[in-house]
Amino acid sequence: MAKIIKPDEMLKSINYAPPATDWMDLPNDLSPGRWAYPAKLEKVEYLMHEVPGVFGNPRTWNPADPDWQLPSNWKEIVVNGFRERLDKYRSLKLFMDICVRCGACADKCHYFIGSGDPKNMPVLRAELMRSIYRGEFTLAGKILGKLTGARVMEEDVLKEWFLYFYQCTECRRCSLFCPYGIDTAEVTMMARELLHLVGVNINWILEPVANCTRTGNHLGIQPHAFKDIVEFMVDDIETITGKRLNVPLNEKGHEVLFITPSGDVFADPGIYTFMGYLIMFDAIGLDYTLSTYASEGGNFGLFTHSDMMKAINGKMYSEANRLGAKWILGGECGHMWRVVNQYMDTMNGNLQGPQMQTPVNPITGTVFKNAAQTKMVHIAEFTADLIKHGKLNLDKSRNSDIIATWHDSCNTARAMGMFDEPRYVLNSVVDNFHEMPESTIREQTFCCAGGSGLNTDEIMEIRMRGGLPRGNALKHVVDKHGVNTMACVCAIDRATLIPLADYWAPGVKITGLHELVGNAIILDGEEERTMNLRQEPLPGMEEE
Amino acid sequence: MKAIFSLLMVLALVVIATVGAGAAKMQTIFAYCIPGTAFVIFLVGFVCKIISWAKSPVPFRIPTTGGQQQSLDWIPQNKWDNPSTGPQTFMRMVLEVLTFRSLFRNTKVVLKHDDGKNPIVAYVSAKWLWLFAILFHYGFLIVAVRHLRLFLQPVPAPLAFLDWSDSVLQILTPAIYISDLLLLTGLTMLLARRFIDAKVRYISLVNDYFPLFLILAIALSGVYMRYIVKVDVMSIKDVAMGLATFNFKVPAGVDVSFFVHIFLVSTLLVYFPFSKLMHMGGVFLSPTRNMPNDTRMVHYENVWNNPAIKPHSYEAYEDDFREPMFEAGLPLDKSPEDAA
Repeated sequence: MAKIIKPDEMLKSINYAPPATDWMDLPNDLSPGRWAYPAKLEKVEYLMHEVPGVFGNPRTWNPADPDWQLPSNWKEIVVNGFRERLDKYRSLKLFMDICVRCGACADKCHYFIGSGDPKNMPVLRAELMRSIYRGEFTLAGKILGKLTGARVMEEDVLKEWFLYFYQCTECRRCSLFCPYGIDTAEVTMMARELLHLVGVNINWILEPVANCTRTGNHLGIQPHAFKDIVEFMVDDIETITGKRLNVPLNEKGHEVLFITPSGDVFADPGIYTFMGYLIMFDAIGLDYTLSTYASEGGNFGLFTHSDMMKAINGKMYSEANRLGAKWILGGECGHMWRVVNQYMDTMNGNLQGPQMQTPVNPITGTVFKNAAQTKMVHIAEFTADLIKHGKLNLDKSRNSDIIATWHDSCNTARAMGMFDEPRYVLNSVVDNFHEMPESTIREQTFCCAGGSGLNTDEIMEIRMRGGLPRGNALKHVVDKHGVNTMACVCAIDRATLIPLADYWAPGVKITGLHELVGNAIILDGEEERTMNLRQEPLPGMEEE
Repeated sequence: MKAIFSLLMVLALVVIATVGAGAAKMQTIFAYCIPGTAFVIFLVGFVCKIISWAKSPVPFRIPTTGGQQQSLDWIPQNKWDNPSTGPQTFMRMVLEVLTFRSLFRNTKVVLKHDDGKNPIVAYVSAKWLWLFAILFHYGFLIVAVRHLRLFLQPVPAPLAFLDWSDSVLQILTPAIYISDLLLLTGLTMLLARRFIDAKVRYISLVNDYFPLFLILAIALSGVYMRYIVKVDVMSIKDVAMGLATFNFKVPAGVDVSFFVHIFLVSTLLVYFPFSKLMHMGGVFLSPTRNMPNDTRMVHYENVWNNPAIKPHSYEAYEDDFREPMFEAGLPLDKSPEDAA
């Protein structure tokens, strides 16, 4: 972790009183730590070739330099792009027109709560763009200017957009509280599309997008390496359970294609969640395959441009068709499910092959009617159904050292509404579960402050500030109930909540839901387990 | 500064009407020409704005889900906050428009810490904004509907009943309208909130203060007419009926405060379609509220979907990695020999 100020200093620095200077006159603070590194030249070039019209101006540049090497007609590109999007998205046009600045959203953003920076109030974040809308496209704005909150596009405005539209995790918490449902995520998405046109971008998003396009996953794991990783996990599962599992890769003729974020394949603690999936599939004898070509559930394209999101997402149906799968089971991920729930079928439904069918749980016979069109089921829905029908042989006592709380991911919360399925699963595999305070869970949940491609270490201070609401709610249940584990269904959470918990609520372990399921499942023919999936001793086995 | 500017603009409007209709005797212009034109601008402007929004398509279904989705049969769905059908979505919209349900969720963040230690981020209930908004909007609605009695002869029974129940308190003569109190209280509180809450003050523009002052001036001029100068309502009704029936008679025996009132209302009508006040129409069109969360169940079409955008193909992927895949024993569509 990059060196950042201590929690007590951070707390002392937070002041919700706005400055005396009008926000339009506040200078941009572009010191290091305030922005994520720009995308590498070759990544931009590769993506320009793969998906034309989305990215532009490939170069090596530094946001701290005064000269951003923008194309000479950058202003025209941005203003025309803005106009084009007003005609393509009713959401944008409406959200530019109807905000009454009531301020209901002002203190709903985790970045505002942790920083007090007025431009992190969702209303003001949207005003960064709305002011340009008024200044460039409305008569009153052109005549009256600043009095009516209008201004024209300038280089400082572009830099301000870069700073603040990359301090929004598109978590939609503000949208929940807005009386008109104005969604800052939508505004941020549009602003980022415009920034990409003139080559203002961040590497933490574009490198995964480029990787995902070529290798099938964000982390750039090539097929043979992917196979090795799966083998390692099979080895570990054998060490833990005494049973060697068969994990099909790229095999044709299986009923189900399973796709999970590559974070689960690569990083601790995601790998334990992945092992949990494999153990569960073995326990129920699921006829499935993994794919190395579609080895990414997540879609960082969502954080760039709708065309890029579509291109990456299309791999799921293409691969289901090539392999002859009837439906797709999706792993634990947040923004993946924003895409699957709200964009996938609209964008790529035409790619579904005739072999695809409404998903049916082959073990329980349950028809997933809510996935009749996408043919894609969330693993928490699937597992909840299995447990409800008594199809999993579970030993809760293996998780008896765990006092759990549940973190709802922003996207599965406010772009899907999956709350009770994972809670049912969690309650079935752990004895001790305590909710965090009401205003920080379910639809009001707080982001991990690393969503929408911002889980990079160079902006760690921004992340820890944004992590304050989640961290503080966690600290509350740690103090009150002795919570030692926070479970979640999101691969980004599994990476970002670890430093967040270390910073704000030390001593809490972060797990995926299916790590706990995998611990509890009793496989046919397994040996008596002495350790959990992390190869730590199970409760009662410590001395042996 | 922005507030003072807005207040001065409204005062200027008052002066214009006072001088114009009073000293300059341009009563016909202020009674008929300006309000008539303003009403036409309002209607055309409102419709044009709605059409301009409607012309932009809604490419994706992006409801903000505020509760449990429709999922397994035994998991109760939160149908009003996460609707999956048309009727459920209709209910969500009804609650949104009539009860300001999203605003009712409002909380206020409070950060407490002992000099950097023991932080508590608390979220306390903050229903004031909701309350002020409800007072103002319902007050305004009743006042506006009540005014229809001036344009209709005979007055329909429901309007007469509304008028009677609104003045049921029977305080003062003429009896005070409850809606006047609601409207004025709501307006004052909303305005006070803009001054007192530092965050809201920071984001407020002329676009926010001006309509508040304007509507406040309209309400106060109305109150002044009714309770202080006690204008002759029948001669005002003559003017209103004249406007409604295109039968223009020279206004007689009408106090100048009426012309101020009607001029401010005209200004509001003209300003309305070009301002944030269009949230009145816009709230019905918001894609995060007026759409069901059903895109996993039924297909939703994007009119500008581009089928030419295809994923990086499996063939290209296998071409890229065929050798290592072959060596790792992964299944291939084309063996290295076939590909060669």
